[in-house]
Amino acid sequence: MAQITLKNLAHSYYPNPTKDQDFALKEMDHVWQDGGAYALLGSSGCGKTTLLNIISGLLRPSQGRVLFGNRDVTDAATSERNIAQVFQFPVVYDTMTVRDNLAFPLRNRGMDPKYIAERVQAIAQMIGMEDRLSRKAQGLTADAKQKISLGRGMVREDVNAILFDEPLTVIDPHMKWELRTQLKKLHRDFGHTMIYVTHDQTEALTFADKVVVMYDGRVVQMGTPEELFETPQHTFVGYFIGSPGMNLLDAQIDGSRAHVYGQSVALGATYAPLSGRTQIGIRPEHAKLTAGDGLPVSIRRVEDVGRHRLIRAEVMGQPFSIVAPEGKEIGADLTHVAFVPQKINVYADDWRVQGGAL
Amino acid sequence: MIKTQNNKAWFLVLPVLVVVAFSAVLPLMTVVNYAMNDTFGNNQFFWVGLEWFEEMVTSSRLHDALGRQILFSAIILAIEVPLGIYIALNMPKSGFWASFCLVLMSLPLLIPFNVVGTIWQIFGRVDIGLLGHTLAGLGIDYNYTNDPFDAWMTVIVMDVWHWTSLVALLAYAGLQSIPQAYYQAAKIDQASRWAVFRYIELPKMQGVLLIAILLRFMDSFMIYTEPFVVTGGGPGNSTTFLSIDLVKMAIGQFDLGPAAAFSLMYFLVILLVSWVFFTVMTNLDRQEGK
Repeated sequence: MAQITLKNLAHSYYPNPTKDQDFALKEMDHVWQDGGAYALLGSSGCGKTTLLNIISGLLRPSQGRVLFGNRDVTDAATSERNIAQVFQFPVVYDTMTVRDNLAFPLRNRGMDPKYIAERVQAIAQMIGMEDRLSRKAQGLTADAKQKISLGRGMVREDVNAILFDEPLTVIDPHMKWELRTQLKKLHRDFGHTMIYVTHDQTEALTFADKVVVMYDGRVVQMGTPEELFETPQHTFVGYFIGSPGMNLLDAQIDGSRAHVYGQSVALGATYAPLSGRTQIGIRPEHAKLTAGDGLPVSIRRVEDVGRHRLIRAEVMGQPFSIVAPEGKEIGADLTHVAFVPQKINVYADDWRVQGGAL
Repeated sequence: MIKTQNNKAWFLVLPVLVVVAFSAVLPLMTVVNYAMNDTFGNNQFFWVGLEWFEEMVTSSRLHDALGRQILFSAIILAIEVPLGIYIALNMPKSGFWASFCLVLMSLPLLIPFNVVGTIWQIFGRVDIGLLGHTLAGLGIDYNYTNDPFDAWMTVIVMDVWHWTSLVALLAYAGLQSIPQAYYQAAKIDQASRWAVFRYIELPKMQGVLLIAILLRFMDSFMIYTEPFVVTGGGPGNSTTFLSIDLVKMAIGQFDLGPAAAFSLMYFLVILLVSWVFFTVMTNLDRQEGK
């Protein structure tokens, strides 16, 4: 087990990258704590899998170093890194039995047969396949195969890290939840460093202590679920985390007030003069319909999603979502929307600006 | 919707029936006819029933040819299949050299059979052939025209040269269809090169390899042109395979009855083996689909 350090890491699939766009992974410096449960979150094609493959050694980065603890493993082969990785689609050895599949990584490392048998039994129990251990892997359903892949990833106790590349894509929803719980338990019991790639925010937020949000080849924020929710460092994080995502309104920032289309909004902090495109971001949960306080709003649609109601509206012609509690009447007199000043985030060119005290 | 029943539609099938009748059914029936009759010319036929079949089944000449045939097919399969797989494993996976190798590998397959025979006939000659002359120059006593072992070697090497490409190309296609994730998982699992072959590549190639083996078995079991051009079945009868023997019997000696009985049994053997292959393959497919 080891802390994973990425130093000036960048990767391009082109032989001679010149422009910024040539890089699938833009230069980054990050430290992944030993024993942490990380979720790597981002939309498709943002470089999640590239980053994962660099950590596991399937891909050599175009620049920068990868360190496990103090050891530089940039040029070390995958097999030397002692890493487990589970892929998006099930990879099983068809001609082997389920038991042999699970034992394969241990046998290749010459472990004691007695230990292997015990370990296989434990993992089989965890993935719920004890009764099918002697069966050939060929012909099993996709989710059973993926459970075997997961089991193979977890069977070794001494790994530096376990990497999951969207492992639950092919699994049934109810099984997803159960397996995620199992992974979480495994993490608590053994304390492996786990990196879990996903584009599903629920999966990321429930699995991880720390969520790493990637956008366009960059890590835009690394933080706890709460930090991602309350203080998204990038508009993409605001948009990607939360359901619905953060509302963004173009605004001119002037000290502790923002001017949105001629209307003034109080902010929770004071800001130095900003350049570029400036926006304010408000979570739908922190906006409230009022009878005259705040910005004028026109309501387009009300969706009842059970625990609360979702109001799709427009502020100055821009779409705006509001979460309203259940049971409160939404009358025709509610023509304005007000925000909690402390919960407003300010962005300049998509990056969050830290304000000073009022 | 009211369905109209019009039996005249059957006439539309007629052209196909006629073509198949003239191209397959009638010639085959002629052979069946010859196999059941004896003739002394003048189109006079005498019914002999299954006598020719009995004679052929017990004929030592046929047994010898069958033995040689089975040995030949077994040897070339034992060489071409592993060699083809080995070549496929070592071919580049993409880029210019991949295309180059594919073209190079296809070349022998494009050469007409009798030309292949002629090439090797000349290539192996001790007086003017590059191979024969070189071997003689090295002091090796090689002469495919009077040494049965040399004749066999020549015919086998020729077949390997001609047909290994087919196995290699099929195996290559099978290999190319393996998703990259399997190799990555194997690396993560620290699998040896042999384990990767045994547990990933071989199972994934299984389907195409069975087709390759079936094709190579059928073709080699029916082989005629190439060995006939090179050795003419000699020296003696040492490279007289079933087809060569059949042609000798039918056209050389004009023993139409025995030859017809012979060819029917020959046909049935190939049919039987192909059926076995087909059954095995469809069973494998079903297992995979389960």
